[in-house]
Amino acid sequence: MENIIEIKNLYKKYKHAEEFSVNDISLNINQNEIYGILGPNGAGKTTLISMLSGLIKPTSGTFKINGLSPQKDGFKLRQIIGIVPQEYALYPTLTAKENLMFFGSLYGLPHKKLKIAIDESLELMGLSKFADKKVEQFSGGMKRRCNLIAGTLHNPKVLFLDEPTVGVDVQSKKAIIDYLLDLNKKGTCIIYTSHHLSEAEEFCTKIAIIDHGKIHAVGTPEELVNRVASAENLEDVFISLTGKELRDVVV
Amino acid sequence: MLLYKLWRSFVKEILLLKRDIGGIVIIFVMPLLLIITITLIQDSTFKNLEGSKIPIIFIDNDKSEISKNIKHELENGKTFELVTNYNEKSAQKAVFSGDYQMAIVIPENLTKDLNANIDSKVQTIVSSFGIEADAASAKKNVDIKAKDIHLYFDPATNIGFKNNVMNAVNKMVFEIENKKIYKAFQDQLGTTENLDENKNLISFKEITPTKGKMDIIPNSVQHNVPAWALFAIFFIVVPLSINLVKEKSQGTSVRVRVSPTPYYIHILGKTCTYLIICIIQFLLMVAVGVYLFPYMNLPQFDVTGKMFHLIIVTIFAGLAAIGFGVLLGTLADTQEQSAPFGATSVVVLAAVGGIWVPVFLMPEFMQTVAKFSPMNWGLNAYYDIILRNSGIAGIAKELVLLFLFYIAMVTISIFYERKQNAV
Repeated sequence: MENIIEIKNLYKKYKHAEEFSVNDISLNINQNEIYGILGPNGAGKTTLISMLSGLIKPTSGTFKINGLSPQKDGFKLRQIIGIVPQEYALYPTLTAKENLMFFGSLYGLPHKKLKIAIDESLELMGLSKFADKKVEQFSGGMKRRCNLIAGTLHNPKVLFLDEPTVGVDVQSKKAIIDYLLDLNKKGTCIIYTSHHLSEAEEFCTKIAIIDHGKIHAVGTPEELVNRVASAENLEDVFISLTGKELRDVVV
Repeated sequence: MLLYKLWRSFVKEILLLKRDIGGIVIIFVMPLLLIITITLIQDSTFKNLEGSKIPIIFIDNDKSEISKNIKHELENGKTFELVTNYNEKSAQKAVFSGDYQMAIVIPENLTKDLNANIDSKVQTIVSSFGIEADAASAKKNVDIKAKDIHLYFDPATNIGFKNNVMNAVNKMVFEIENKKIYKAFQDQLGTTENLDENKNLISFKEITPTKGKMDIIPNSVQHNVPAWALFAIFFIVVPLSINLVKEKSQGTSVRVRVSPTPYYIHILGKTCTYLIICIIQFLLMVAVGVYLFPYMNLPQFDVTGKMFHLIIVTIFAGLAAIGFGVLLGTLADTQEQSAPFGATSVVVLAAVGGIWVPVFLMPEFMQTVAKFSPMNWGLNAYYDIILRNSGIAGIAKELVLLFLFYIAMVTISIFYERKQNAV
C-alpha cells in the first residue's frame, strides 16, 4: 500500500528546552490507515502532530504528506489535511452552523456544497436540531462533535486528531468513533493521539508508542500485544515500554 | 475564491460583534459620552455660562479708588464670584487647604501710595522740560516702595488657569496705572483735554480663513469633535487586539493557520469590519455635534460641504488604528497584556499626537516625536479640512502616512505570525 506520510529523522527542540521533544522520528504511514500515536504525558505526541499539520517548525528532518513537502507545497498541503485540536477551537458565541460555515469556507468549499456538507455532518453527529444554537450552550460532548466536523468538512486526505474523545460521555465517544470510521472508509488517513488505550486498541489499525520523543514500538495492536510476553492488552504493552514512573509535565 | 473567503471572514466578524451587545454599547456609546463630556468641560473654560462663576476671596485693605476699580472689573468680568468676609491669614489658610481656587489681597494705602509715586515721577519729568510744576500739586520727591498685590493659589490649581488670572490682574493694574499717569500729566500741565480717551492706540484684529464669503471661526466644538473622535477611533485597538488574542486562547486561530487561507485574508476581514465600526463611530459623533450640541448650549459642529473629506480621513485614520490593533493582538499572548497596553498606548499616542496639548506648545524633542504619531497625522488632516478649509490635495500627505502606517503594522504582524508558525 502506498505511503501517504513519510517522515525522515524529524527532530524538535523548543527554545530553552534541555531535551528534544521529538528525537529522530522516522515513520511511514499508509493511506487508509488509522494510525494511533500513543505515549505518556510529555512524550512528544502533540509536538509531532503539530509539526505534521504545519503548526510548528521542526528543528531538523523532513516529511512529506501525499508527496507534498511543507516547504515547497505549503498551500496544496494545507488543502489536503484536516486538524481537530484538543481544545474546542470554536467561536462560543456563534451557532454550530455559523462556526462550520466559516471554518468550511477557509478551505474554499463553494457555498452550496458547504451547506450540504454541514447538514450531512450535523445529521451524522446528531447535532441537526442544535445547528442554530450557540456553541457556548453545548455540552462537552456536543462541542467535541462539532469540533470534529469543523476539521473534516473538506474531506481531508489526512486528518490529525489530538485526543478527540477526551472528556466526553460514552454516547458521544461512540458517535465520534463511528464518524471517524466512516471518514476512513471514504479514504481519509487518520492520525490520532489518545490516552484511552482500550479505545486505541479497538479503533487503530496501527500504533506507534513514543516516549521521550522517540518511537519505542510500531505495529498493529495485535502485533504489539504479542510482542510483549506478559501482555494481555495494549495497556500492558504501554506500561512495559514506558514504565510506571509518573509523568508530570510542566510546559 | 479569495473574495469569498474574505466575505465569510467578514460575516464571521460581524456575527461575533452582533452577539456581544455589551461590547457594541461600549464601542458606540462611550465615544459619544467622551465627546459630550470633554466638549462641555472645554467649552465652559472659554465661555462664562450662567451659574458657573468661580468663587474667589477678595480682601480689600486699600478701601479706596484702585481697589474699588479692581473689584469692579473682577465683578464685571462674570468669571468670578467675590467672597469678602476673610482676612489675609484666614484667606491663605482657606486657599491652601483647597476651599477656594485663589485669593486676592489688595494692600493698605495702595491708591494713596500709587498716586504719590506717580505724581512725584510726573512732576520730575515736567520739571525737566522747564515747566513749572503746579504749586498746589508740587510735592516733595517721595521714596515710596512698590506695592504688592498678594495672590494666593490653591496648590492644585491648573497652571493655565493661574497664568490667565495673573495676566488678567496684571492687565487691570497696568490700565489703572496708565489712567493715573495720564491724570497726573493733565493735572501738572493744566490741560482739560481727556488724554485717557484713546487709551488703546494699538489693537489686534484676527484675520480668519474664509470659505466663500464666510469666515471660518474656530470654536471649542470645531476643535473637540475631530480630536476626540480620533481618540475614540484609535480605541478600536483594544477590542480588536482582544479579538485576536481570544482567537489564540480559544484555539480558533489554529484552524485558520492550518487552512489554505492566507493570514492576510483573515486580517482583511477584520479590517473591513472594524473600519465600518470606525466610520459609524465617527458619524455618530458628528451627529451629536451637529444635532445634539445646539440643545446643550454648545456651538453646532459645522460640517457643511466637508463630510466627504472627513469620511476619507476617518477611513485612513481607522486603518492606522486597525493596523496598530492587529499588531498588538498578534504580539500579545493574553488579554491581560493586550487590553491595558492597548488602552495606555492609545492615551500616549493621543498625548504625543497633540489631542490634549497642542504640538506647538510641546518641548522641541516631543514636537519631533509628534511628527511620527499617526494620531497627529489624523488630527492635522481633520483640522486642515475643518479649520483650514483644505481639500483632499491638502491632506494627501497625511493620508499616505496613515495608510503606510497600516501597511507597516499589518506587514510586521504577518511576518511575525509566519516566523512564529511557519513549517
